[in-house]
Amino acid sequence: MAYSFPEEVLEHVFSFLSSDRDRNAVSLVCKSWYDIERWCRRRIFVGNCYAVSPEMVIRRFPELRAVEMKGKPHFADFNLVPEGWGAYAYPWIAAMAEAYPFLEEIKLKRMVVTDDTLELISKSCKNFKLLVLTSCEGFTTDGLASIAANCRHLRELDLRESEVEELSGHWLSHFPDSCTSLVSLNISCLGSEVSFSILERLVARSPNLRTLRLNRAVPLERLANLIRRAPQLVELGTGAYSAEIRSDTFSNLADAFSACKQLKALSGFWDVVPSYLPAMYSVCSGITSLNLSYAAIPSTDLVKLISQCQNLQRLWVMDYIEDSGLDVLAASCKDLQELRVFPSDPFGAEPNVSLTEQGLVSVSEGCPKLESVLYFCRQMSNAALIAIAKNRPNFIRFRLCIIDPQAPDYLTLEPLDAGFGAIVEKCKELRRLSMTGLLTDRVFKYIGSHAKKLEMLSIAFAGDSDLGLHHVLSGCDSLRKLEIRDCPFGDKALLANAAKLETMRSLWMSSCSVSFGACKLLAQKMPRLNVEVIDERGPPDSRPESCSVERVYVYRTVASRQRLDMPDFVWTLDEDSSLRYS
Amino acid sequence: METSVATELRLGLPGRDESEAKITSVSNKRSSSEMDDSCDPQQESVAPAQKAQVVGWPPVRSYRKNILQKKAESSSDGSAMFVKVSMDGAPYLRKIDLKFYMNYLDLLKALQNMFKCTIGVYSEREGYDGSEFAPTYEDKDGDWMLVGDVPWEMFVTSCKRMRIMKGSEARGLGCL
Repeated sequence: MAYSFPEEVLEHVFSFLSSDRDRNAVSLVCKSWYDIERWCRRRIFVGNCYAVSPEMVIRRFPELRAVEMKGKPHFADFNLVPEGWGAYAYPWIAAMAEAYPFLEEIKLKRMVVTDDTLELISKSCKNFKLLVLTSCEGFTTDGLASIAANCRHLRELDLRESEVEELSGHWLSHFPDSCTSLVSLNISCLGSEVSFSILERLVARSPNLRTLRLNRAVPLERLANLIRRAPQLVELGTGAYSAEIRSDTFSNLADAFSACKQLKALSGFWDVVPSYLPAMYSVCSGITSLNLSYAAIPSTDLVKLISQCQNLQRLWVMDYIEDSGLDVLAASCKDLQELRVFPSDPFGAEPNVSLTEQGLVSVSEGCPKLESVLYFCRQMSNAALIAIAKNRPNFIRFRLCIIDPQAPDYLTLEPLDAGFGAIVEKCKELRRLSMTGLLTDRVFKYIGSHAKKLEMLSIAFAGDSDLGLHHVLSGCDSLRKLEIRDCPFGDKALLANAAKLETMRSLWMSSCSVSFGACKLLAQKMPRLNVEVIDERGPPDSRPESCSVERVYVYRTVASRQRLDMPDFVWTLDEDSSLRYS
Repeated sequence: METSVATELRLGLPGRDESEAKITSVSNKRSSSEMDDSCDPQQESVAPAQKAQVVGWPPVRSYRKNILQKKAESSSDGSAMFVKVSMDGAPYLRKIDLKFYMNYLDLLKALQNMFKCTIGVYSEREGYDGSEFAPTYEDKDGDWMLVGDVPWEMFVTSCKRMRIMKGSEARGLGCL
């Protein structure tokens, strides 16, 4: 019997379980396992900050050391979630700072983080080691100064693509001379200059520094000196990669690079002067990850660099690479796993580069390990998609964005149903899919029948009727996140599949045909769902119930239905369908 | 009853300013109004099918949009930078606003379109060797330079005028 095992033994066994899923499974076995597990859980991931309350987390897990949390829904990245919607980090941090004095790691994504929040972390958690803020906002360089000044054992400070109000570049000088523990520093999102001498000294006294991502303001002439002080770097993000062409700058840079024997990842590359790219050639054979997605350089220069990187696994690049460049990529980089091609001119009416569906077909043909793709282009055909699916049934993530969201197959003028149908049929391990183009209900039928491992689906300007949504909700067994914009999906499918929504993290629908009446019904039917109506036209009950809402965000939650921080354009519906405002 | 409104499929959100997503760069389509009287400048910039801008489309993250916009803005700060462009064998000159372009790529594509010529690819070693035409420019010091040798920002501020030479004549024009 399990009772004969001393707790310490079980705890030791559990310590080998790192995945949340395993730990959650283990805690369901019996009450004593639940109790033992909760006392020894050290890391937690909360996918939706409103799905649970800080008090509930703290009550269940009294000894956490690392917290990872996400706030706003993904479509917030594209300005579809109005400013002020929520996802404030402070209430969480305030509760956790008190409950977990030994908290070491905090990772937040799409949350509002204030300077007060950062100061609180820095002053309460004496052993604080790691702060990663991805796509966050609400703080200034003053908050960063608190972190630098007070976190004596800081190892990682990573501000990935966050929006920081930059009051001064001097925050960096708040790192005391005694701070030598830095392993990772990412300030690439900062626009203004930081003091170079401070940066150089910080790098020089951080022998464990493995990741250094500079911001655009660090000029190329300074890069060599920085790299020279950290030849042990594994990941480097340059600043602006441009300078007057001078042979001494070049040879300085080339020498510095050649000393970096461990370099695996390169990024940065704003404002590239192609003549300086060869300075990096000595490290290219070791490079597995290359982010050139801000580099406006012609295909020939991109290709010269890429063909040196035979061990490349991940490439992010702009569409300047063109089909011809992707052909070379397909021929040279047989280990490629992930490709992202971003648009250089997303709002231009005409194509400015020669990048078509052909590029993606080539890469899918030539790179046997390719499993993750994000591709922006201006034309697509069913034939191409079918070929891609046949070539690469091992896709896990497939995100295609055609600039004209309702573009048909440019060869046959038909919808792209057959093409995407082939993708979901052949790629049995597909976990994430984003589609664009002219798409009818038929594509959703294919998705519902085949995409059994699909966890996240993004749909825009697609479908004909509720049937489309119904296929997805009733067929996709593994679906966790569904985000929809501008589709003719409405009440019927939503209400018919209400129970499904409790098995998912969240559903986002904006500019669709979901009526206020349906939202009320859904809230009534499903007490453990939070149905948020986000509408900037005033209270939904001031309009007829059959009126569509601008946006509805539905997510499962074990916290009380109410969140108390809603702005005046968000309403949730209680069990009795009464409208609640904060 | 507002059922028709309720079921109507809208592009973009009601009551929202639809032009929120700005056009950052519409490369070669602008006509130089000083030169070309016959062509209606308004018409030029509206053709072909300037679609209604939809919020959040294409799905490019704000962070990336800002970078692209910064690139466009930094080249449209302050006054325009008109320079004359001549091409060997062409009967008349054109005038372009250097601040309109974001980088060499954009500029060369525009020139190729404008003069219906092929310029080919720049290499530091060989310039435009092998191309039918090579773009050159006169800088502040009065020297004739090969387009592409210096960083873009520096080029924009030092270029006084441009000449698209026949490839065979451009050989020997180096920087280093």
